[in-house]
Amino acid sequence: MSKRLFVKGNEAAAMGAVEAGCRYYFGYPITPQSDIPEYLSRELPKLNGEFIQAESEIGAINMLLGASACGVRAMTSSSSPGISLKQEGISYMAGAELPGVIINISRSGPGLGGIDASQSDYFQSVKGGGHGGYHIPVLAPNSVQEMYDLTMHAFDLADLYRTPVMLLGDSVIGQMKEALVPNARPVRELPEKGWAVRGKSGAEQRVVKSLFLGDGELEAHNWRLHAKYQVMKEKECISEEYETADARLIVTGFGSVARIAHTAVAMAREEGMKVGLFRPVTLFPFPEKALAEAAGRAGKVLVVELNTGQMVEDVRLSVGAAAQVSFYGRPPGAGSLPSPEELLEVIRKQYDDTAR
Amino acid sequence: MQQVFKRPQSLKDVQTHFCPGCHHGTIHRLVADAMDLYGVQDKTIGVASVGCSVFLYGYFDIDVVEAPHGRAPAVATGVKRAKPDNFVFTYQGDGDLAAIGTAEIIHAANRGEDITVVFVNNTTYGMTGGQMAPTTLVGQKTSTSPYGRDKSKDGSPIRMAELMAQLGGVAYSARVAVDSPKHVLEAKKVMREAFGYQAEGKGFSFVEVLSSCPTNWGMNPLKANARVGEEMIPYFPLGIFKKEEA
Repeated sequence: MSKRLFVKGNEAAAMGAVEAGCRYYFGYPITPQSDIPEYLSRELPKLNGEFIQAESEIGAINMLLGASACGVRAMTSSSSPGISLKQEGISYMAGAELPGVIINISRSGPGLGGIDASQSDYFQSVKGGGHGGYHIPVLAPNSVQEMYDLTMHAFDLADLYRTPVMLLGDSVIGQMKEALVPNARPVRELPEKGWAVRGKSGAEQRVVKSLFLGDGELEAHNWRLHAKYQVMKEKECISEEYETADARLIVTGFGSVARIAHTAVAMAREEGMKVGLFRPVTLFPFPEKALAEAAGRAGKVLVVELNTGQMVEDVRLSVGAAAQVSFYGRPPGAGSLPSPEELLEVIRKQYDDTAR
Repeated sequence: MQQVFKRPQSLKDVQTHFCPGCHHGTIHRLVADAMDLYGVQDKTIGVASVGCSVFLYGYFDIDVVEAPHGRAPAVATGVKRAKPDNFVFTYQGDGDLAAIGTAEIIHAANRGEDITVVFVNNTTYGMTGGQMAPTTLVGQKTSTSPYGRDKSKDGSPIRMAELMAQLGGVAYSARVAVDSPKHVLEAKKVMREAFGYQAEGKGFSFVEVLSSCPTNWGMNPLKANARVGEEMIPYFPLGIFKKEEA
């Protein structure tokens, strides 16, 4: 397949899910992600799949829990306030080690907030979100193509590590239309789902649970989950670098704001400034090593986010004393997306500081 | 010698950990008996809820998924939609089903999910230590209604079996009790009928079982048993409230 389509980011994610073999979707309407359930409510019945509009986000995530426990590929999607409601189920899925994909086309908050592009769910997404001290892989696409590709990748990660996986976009990524080449799913070797419930059929009983009451059982479970997160940190980091080799200032940001930063960095290069862009694609695991290397060479990092500063904490932890870290944030509000010129101004200031 | 009474095949040969006089053991037997009757043990997926009922997998020899508090009907929906050929039931207490999980039970029932719900009503939160439940009777003292449930402040006990019967997606809704041999035999018949609805693909079935919680009621098992008949049944009448012929 090499046809080019012109689709919305949300539709691309839904198409990626279908290509990845997802046939079960459970969701609840919320702006700006409703194109996903709308697309899947049309397409899944044609594929002998199931679409259910749940009574709530809580209902939807628990339907996902039930379907995932049966070993099928299943998905839900929502936006920030809805993701808050899903956190209970995500914690249970993490505890019971159930795969499943959750798409968060985030909006602004706290509370009802607004539907504009925002990155204020970074903490909630990458630091667990629900109770109990767990992590889930979080992928941050910055294009319609990546909405498609990373959704497929999310299903593989979910099955490989037996974990919920979140795709974290925002209304810019979800609502914009651009070219998509719907490539077939890359084949990754995945383990058998011997743990899935299916009715005993004479075999040993299978139980999917997160309650471990035996002496030391829960501690062992938590250490095992922790070890799994360490493997993810070793093997599953994805990041993208642009003009970082000789850079004296690294600009970093994820998702939609990284696209704007990319333009600003290109403009800075035209002015002769040695500036580069480092874009984390996985927010958990955070690409600590790759960022530390690039930042160490440059000595200076500028973090740009659509919030008052969240990922900047992970950047500081990653680079330690190897580079000076500054932050430029634009929390959401009407028309609050920074322009490339605005970021270029910030880059100039940081870069001049470097020269001094 | 003819054997006239034995452990249902779907139940494990284990000792109970429930409190003396608790009715979970009896209700487990009734559920297991119904499973055996339709020969569905090997294709059953049970959905355990939160509270004393979570220990389903310790007693039933079947595959089980554990649900968050109140969410068992949503989990069961996901299971049944993914595995329509499996037999799926939830086993939930009154706090789980009639308080935190009201939205999930009403909508799973209203969608007519092809599952069976066993609802154990003992008018209190058992595992958390006897707090007021949505089914706590007016005047009943609990650890969070120390002066007795006050209708003007706390509302009236919810009659779930009747509520379920109002919903279009429900094929079968009944209330039984397990306080006497006569009622247990009636409950056995109803449980078999309810499981039959799913086994024969007739749709959503609901069985409310009135049971006791001697520990949290502060009664000995015999007195607790007697309370079911004297106080609960007058407010929660036994019977079949809906039985759709399919």
